[in-house]
Amino acid sequence: MDYATLLQILDSTFRLSTPLLLACLAGLFSERAGIFDIGLEGKMLAAAMCTGAVAALTGSVWIGVLAGIGGALVFAVIHGVASITFRGNQLISGVALNFVASGITVLVAQALFRQGGRTPPLSGDGRFNPINLPFAESLSGVPVLGPLYAEVISGHTALVYIAVLCVPASWWVLYRTRFGLRLRAVGENPASVDTAGISVVRLRYAAVIITGVLCGLAGAYMAAGLQAGFGREMTAGRGYIALAALIFAKWRPWAAFYATFLFGFLQALALRPDVIERTFHFSIPTPALDALPYILTVIVLAGFVGRAIPPRAGGEPYVKER
Amino acid sequence: MTKLPRWADLVLVPLISLLLAGIISALVILAIGQSPSEALKTMVVGAVGSPYAWGYTLYYATSFMFTGLAVTVAFHASLFNIGGEGQAQLGGLGVALACLALPWPHWTLALPAAMIGGALFGAAWAAIPAYLQARRGSHIVITTIMFNYIGAALIIYLLVNVLRPVGQMDPATARFSEGTNLPTLHEIPGLSAIFTKQVPANVTLFVALIACWLVWLLLWRTRLGYEIRAFGKSEKAALYAGISPFRITMLAMLISGALAGLMSINNVMGESGRLLQNSAEGAGFIGIAVALMGRNHPVGVILAAVLFGFLFQGGAELGLWTSIPIELRTVVQGLVILFTGALDHMVRMMLGVFFRPRRLAVA
Repeated sequence: MDYATLLQILDSTFRLSTPLLLACLAGLFSERAGIFDIGLEGKMLAAAMCTGAVAALTGSVWIGVLAGIGGALVFAVIHGVASITFRGNQLISGVALNFVASGITVLVAQALFRQGGRTPPLSGDGRFNPINLPFAESLSGVPVLGPLYAEVISGHTALVYIAVLCVPASWWVLYRTRFGLRLRAVGENPASVDTAGISVVRLRYAAVIITGVLCGLAGAYMAAGLQAGFGREMTAGRGYIALAALIFAKWRPWAAFYATFLFGFLQALALRPDVIERTFHFSIPTPALDALPYILTVIVLAGFVGRAIPPRAGGEPYVKER
Repeated sequence: MTKLPRWADLVLVPLISLLLAGIISALVILAIGQSPSEALKTMVVGAVGSPYAWGYTLYYATSFMFTGLAVTVAFHASLFNIGGEGQAQLGGLGVALACLALPWPHWTLALPAAMIGGALFGAAWAAIPAYLQARRGSHIVITTIMFNYIGAALIIYLLVNVLRPVGQMDPATARFSEGTNLPTLHEIPGLSAIFTKQVPANVTLFVALIACWLVWLLLWRTRLGYEIRAFGKSEKAALYAGISPFRITMLAMLISGALAGLMSINNVMGESGRLLQNSAEGAGFIGIAVALMGRNHPVGVILAAVLFGFLFQGGAELGLWTSIPIELRTVVQGLVILFTGALDHMVRMMLGVFFRPRRLAVA
């Protein structure tokens, strides 16, 4: 693989790992607070549809993003009501909301635009446009690092940079603020948090809402950044890959960044079978590359490479008194 | 929270959940500018309005009985098997390999072989997540989700690169021989008087009903079934009683996977006559809704499977005859899972209001 091809693949890795990263961080907040969320996929899908539809109607991508966040929040709050207020099964709630989202997005898109469940193609201000970072042009002459900066780091859409900034931000919130300490505590031992006079319910709702906002950004990026408009089932299992990445990262923000980057890289590689064949001198079947994130996650889950221990109170509704 | 009488818990809670899901679906239909009553009429006519319509509804119901039973058995061991979809697809592979292995002279010989193939492959696909749960503590929900995707990728690879006959374009196996054709309800003497046209529902329906009976026997009339239920209620108590968690986790998941795999004799052998991509068509997931709605009891599973067969066929009719997209059925499916599985406490609280006065009077 020559340097130029590598840069191309890294460039698309950034683009493909952004929705994974945002969704993964979304899951991180929820699961660290003790609420399992398999509904990342559905929230992303809802957000993608809302963004696609509103951006197409208003012509403004940022209003579209707000709508996307709103759409994801609706699903996040339903998940919260089911799993926090009514102490239902969080896994079942997540599965259910994924189905609801998968169907209702097509229904609404079809009712609004009558284009077979798609939203109209976005263009101009309706979509995110690439941002060229300063000096990208002038530095591109610098050997090795110049093209890396110009082609891989620069020239992405705003949400890609926002997603990357979310990583240190999440780390800071979780490990350097009082809110973060409480959030992590509520996922490990809610009773102790309750004893300290802090509302478990309020903390968990806060976590679920952060999850909704981040999933909203992930979905908005799908519809207005990675592609131009919403199409049925457009998230194509990314919510589950993000979930896999979260386990792979053992519920830590920086590790989430590396894990999603790895999975994004695999996705980028799967798009370029010619490169694989030239580099390794034999063809790896595309389905094998598609399945690799899942296989890696199973290996990590099995505890053969380090041990992935989830937050201790994850999945269990908190009952204050008996 | 008021404790509901047994009959209310078994009958009323699922019905109220269904009603709530129905009301919300009706609101969704209204919101997209269509008429809910027209939609219901189209669904009823298209799914249960004629023997021909029943032929489709029962065909889907057959698949859902298997996947519903699969989820039920795992649920009783308090294992949530979301991997029915992957297990059913792998079961399809087993069925296809069994059907293609020999030039079967008659379906009565091919069916047992295909059943063994489907059950073995389905069970094998459930075995790895089960082992990882039992021995390494990996969460079965996550591993079974991962195995759905790994299974789908594996099937695509095999269909494109290995099993596809030379010269064929679409990724599928060769057609099975004539001797593997399962008789449809139209071809069964006696029933052909009712089903006058060719329908997809086939003898697998009776296999599914027998499977329901066998699962009931297993869960409530055998030592293993007792152990599975005891383990599901309390792992610690089961361990104290000398029940091996490893053995129960493995056996419950193997049975669950085998049941999901058996579904494929209905669609792969009975209907398409060859293995296609995505052969399970979401039936593995619908099994979750069927098990929840059927209160994890084989009789409930039969009723819920027919209900979802109605929904599936009715939803397809909506897609054909009205401008309501076929995806409505996914919404209803999700809502039923939500209300029966996650918001069941809410439904019980709502019902509790009605049962409280009577309890006070008795006290």
